[in-house]
Amino acid sequence: MAEIDLVAARALKDESHSEGRIRPDAPSAQHPSFRSEPLSPSFDEGSLARSAAAAVDRLVVTAADGTELVRGVSLEVRPGEALGIVGESGSGKTLTCRALLGILPDAVAVTGGSVHVDGLDLTAASEREWRAVRGTRIGAVFQDPASYLNPAIPVGAQLAETLRVTAGVPRRQSRERARELLDDLGIRRVDLVLRQRVAELSGGMLQRVLIAMALAADPAVLIADEATTALDVTVQAELLDLLARLRRERDLALILVSHDLAVVAQVCERVLVFRDGRVVEGGATNRVLRAPGHPYTRELLSAHAAYGLERFLA
Amino acid sequence: MTALELQDLAVDYGRVRVLDGLSLAVRPGEVVGVVGESGSGKTTLAKAVLRSVDAAAGRILVDGRDITRLRGGGLRRWRRSGAVQYVFQDPLRSLDPGIRIADSIAEGLRIARVPAAVAQERTDAAVAAVGLTPDLLDRLPAGLSGGQRQRAAIARALVVEPRLLVLDEPVSALDAASRDRVVQALIALRDRRGAQLAMLVISHDIGSLAAMSDRLVVLHRGRIVEDGPTRRVVAQPQHPYTRLLIDSVPVIDTPRPHRPAPLTRS
Repeated sequence: MAEIDLVAARALKDESHSEGRIRPDAPSAQHPSFRSEPLSPSFDEGSLARSAAAAVDRLVVTAADGTELVRGVSLEVRPGEALGIVGESGSGKTLTCRALLGILPDAVAVTGGSVHVDGLDLTAASEREWRAVRGTRIGAVFQDPASYLNPAIPVGAQLAETLRVTAGVPRRQSRERARELLDDLGIRRVDLVLRQRVAELSGGMLQRVLIAMALAADPAVLIADEATTALDVTVQAELLDLLARLRRERDLALILVSHDLAVVAQVCERVLVFRDGRVVEGGATNRVLRAPGHPYTRELLSAHAAYGLERFLA
Repeated sequence: MTALELQDLAVDYGRVRVLDGLSLAVRPGEVVGVVGESGSGKTTLAKAVLRSVDAAAGRILVDGRDITRLRGGGLRRWRRSGAVQYVFQDPLRSLDPGIRIADSIAEGLRIARVPAAVAQERTDAAVAAVGLTPDLLDRLPAGLSGGQRQRAAIARALVVEPRLLVLDEPVSALDAASRDRVVQALIALRDRRGAQLAMLVISHDIGSLAAMSDRLVVLHRGRIVEDGPTRRVVAQPQHPYTRLLIDSVPVIDTPRPHRPAPLTRS
């Protein structure tokens, strides 16, 4: 798996060396080799040369009864890069992310391989050490934002608390910082939203609040695990745009976990396909989704084709 | 005669009009997909056809019969006729957890006092129509996967041989593999029953709706903003909201660099 990625990375680097760096403003038409497969406009090949913001190497995660749930997964994500993870439930994608966050369920533990975040080896980190890393170096948002918030407290107070506790913002400034953060996330009528409680806000708005909390201390890595799955499709599109923008502006390493191949295709320049605790295929999103090498990837693609809108739009 | 016809239907919740001026016809054998997002009124539409909310204005005709103002015994008799059957999002809540799948499916026939031999025949046909294997029938709902449960709920609706099936988010609670099997079962049903069975499928998921519907109806803020053949609505949307909806669906291959800005919420 790691080799596949390296080959893809090398191919891209070679391309950029021989052809000159491809900038977002340099249209792909000048590069005949890219005409049929344009990279995402925000892609910066330079990121591939930078060291990983988060990585797991030959990660093994085992349940209490000895069952291996993650069986030797390696992945890396660099600053400013978006890595997609696809696969069905039980494939190990969420456990891998939880290992990166140090929040594996009780009866489950890392039994092999290594975990690195923002230059720190966290393979054997204590809960105390994890607490210093979570939020400040790596943050995450999940599928159901409402369950991460206290229903009785206005969301503004909860965001201000996160800013104080995780980012060390002084109490006096935390309100103002909360306002700025939500404003930056494209929320209209910020002052009203800050006063509202969970039940008064839509799913899309709550997810924006959770993203604000995850980014409060300006982490290097953001994991979005099925973060837009439960949202209306127009809201999902807004949030995917938001994640793409935040990644660009904050040089954020983004790990996007989704069962929807098209969501990954829209945001990520690299993708890993998980199955049964292993990575069965990985590489540039364009390559993997257009010329899948593994039968399972082809299976996922044909299931998508049956219910996607592509066949009507072609 | 249409299987279902809504004429200028309006529904109010208190002072808020949640459905406004809805006109829609489902012909016999036709599968009509109603797509809408949260708050568009799509579940209220299902409830109106179910007669569990009252119309503030307009009419609802099923097989040409006006059911808009049926009350008491009249409403009960109409419901018992089984002409319209419903399938909801969460099959765990629509199947009795203490009753075997086989008995749940056949319950409607027992209530209608259908002779046992006929009942058995129809149950077998319904079970086969949704692609459930007979060995699952002795189990309780908890012993089935989500997709199997939903197909059992569809079989339960089919045994009374309705002319119209209303499905509210039939695949939204299911994972991808189960969803595919339920959608395939519904497509097979459409193809096999022909004009005997019309379906009104309500969902926020335009992809699975497009896969099974002859026509798509787009609901936005309580009004129908577009109604046309599936292919036409998806490929050439006429209304800005439909275009926004379709352009928001992530696709793998088609380049779509310029998504329109969200509609302003007035």
